[in-house]
Amino acid sequence: MATKKLGKQTVRFQNPPVILSSAAIAGPKEGEGPLGLYFDQLLKDNLFEEETWEKAERKMLFEAIILAMNKIDLVPEDIDFMLAGDLLNQIISANYTARQTEIPFIGLYGACSTMAESLALGSILIDGGFAAKVVCGASSHYNTAERQYRFPTELGVQRPPTAQWTVTGAGATVLGESGKGLRVSHATFGKVVDLGISDANDMGSAMAPAVADTIVTHFQDIGGNETYYDLIITGDMGNVGKGLVQQLVAKEGYNIADKYTDCGVLVFDPAQDTHAGGSGCGCSAIVFNSYLLHEILGGKFKKVLFIGSGALLSPTALQQGESIPGIGHAVVIEA
Amino acid sequence: MASEQILNSPTLSKNDKKKAYFDLVNRNKPKPPLLRNIFWAFVIGGLISVIGQGLLILYSGQGLDEKSAGAATSATLVFAAALLTGLGVYDNIGKFAGAGSIVPITGFANSMVASALEWKREGMVFGVGAKLFAIAGPVLVYGFVTSWLIGLIAFIFKG
Repeated sequence: MATKKLGKQTVRFQNPPVILSSAAIAGPKEGEGPLGLYFDQLLKDNLFEEETWEKAERKMLFEAIILAMNKIDLVPEDIDFMLAGDLLNQIISANYTARQTEIPFIGLYGACSTMAESLALGSILIDGGFAAKVVCGASSHYNTAERQYRFPTELGVQRPPTAQWTVTGAGATVLGESGKGLRVSHATFGKVVDLGISDANDMGSAMAPAVADTIVTHFQDIGGNETYYDLIITGDMGNVGKGLVQQLVAKEGYNIADKYTDCGVLVFDPAQDTHAGGSGCGCSAIVFNSYLLHEILGGKFKKVLFIGSGALLSPTALQQGESIPGIGHAVVIEA
Repeated sequence: MASEQILNSPTLSKNDKKKAYFDLVNRNKPKPPLLRNIFWAFVIGGLISVIGQGLLILYSGQGLDEKSAGAATSATLVFAAALLTGLGVYDNIGKFAGAGSIVPITGFANSMVASALEWKREGMVFGVGAKLFAIAGPVLVYGFVTSWLIGLIAFIFKG
């Protein structure tokens, strides 16, 4: 019997895993944003002293993982598993990072929900007694994502107001079975939900139904509601998607408006001309692993529902007339 | 705020949910600043054309015949757009001008140089060589197809 399963999609940890350490590395534009001071390291430019943007992205992920371990005097040999992913085909940023860290590797693809997905699965490994320490991570890079999903960066195109800006950044979290720190108490795995949005320049609208579904299901599974949390924070809904999530959840009978925010909304200032806000695996990864954990540790929030939001976008599928499926994975962080 | 349930609605079918959600999205979606975009497309697109016309007059005045002056004008505009793309300026013009800087021949040059820059790290053959026309390709293909059709029509009716 699944004794740790709660309701339809949620797991409750018996020995909630501890967040031992975290690190976030971000690009220059993210550094100029409102959360710039929270990041551990900022890149001077998007190439990070590498020859290509792809190499720069994997270097960020590698450095973030090593930094998170170094902060608590761990080396790769101390870690049982590494769970990581990114947006690129064949998740090359994570694969090549794992080649370098030599930690047994579980590669993940959850689009921009990967940070939350890795935390949920890492917590399961620890609570299940399969690992004592795991490292979770995710990355994205503006230039690598643009060229794979959209256009060359120097092409003179007009971005619509719904478009979001892929965050250049990587974040990593070390989870352990014991120790001092914040804990992951629950995880809710999302269903793939698709209500027919097919505009690659409007990812917020594509993801909102899946994310709202995960939030509502989470409340039902734990037999609770929004009052259980000080903060509900999604990964990269942006301004447009955030409004939609709020309304969809309200239609199901939960009013989250006054405690709900989004990493993609927080990470850039409107003056930075990113239109609807930030996006990408790196968006929630850097905000979670710096600002968010910092604020929970500082006592500003005690119980946080963090929902990674992923648009499972494929340019090929879109060209073949498909719409964009979305997914949302949630974890509960408690002080 | 409309209160009817969408996600877990007991009454709506999958298609009805999609329709209800489309309505919600359309009510929430910020609209592009259409008048401003049209204005800048007109101004920048017009400006590029005026520069082209100026070049044509200049080259004609230097003694080139009409056809050669036209070719020299195109070459100059293409070179300028390629240079501005390389310098990272053209995409900023495009941000304001939209179709105003895509439709003229300078937009064609931008699409090729931007692709070349983007894929040069994948090598000269399968990078630059294969991807050079990634954006401009359709323009060429359907340009050629249209000219075949017109040639065919001309051949049949003017024989």
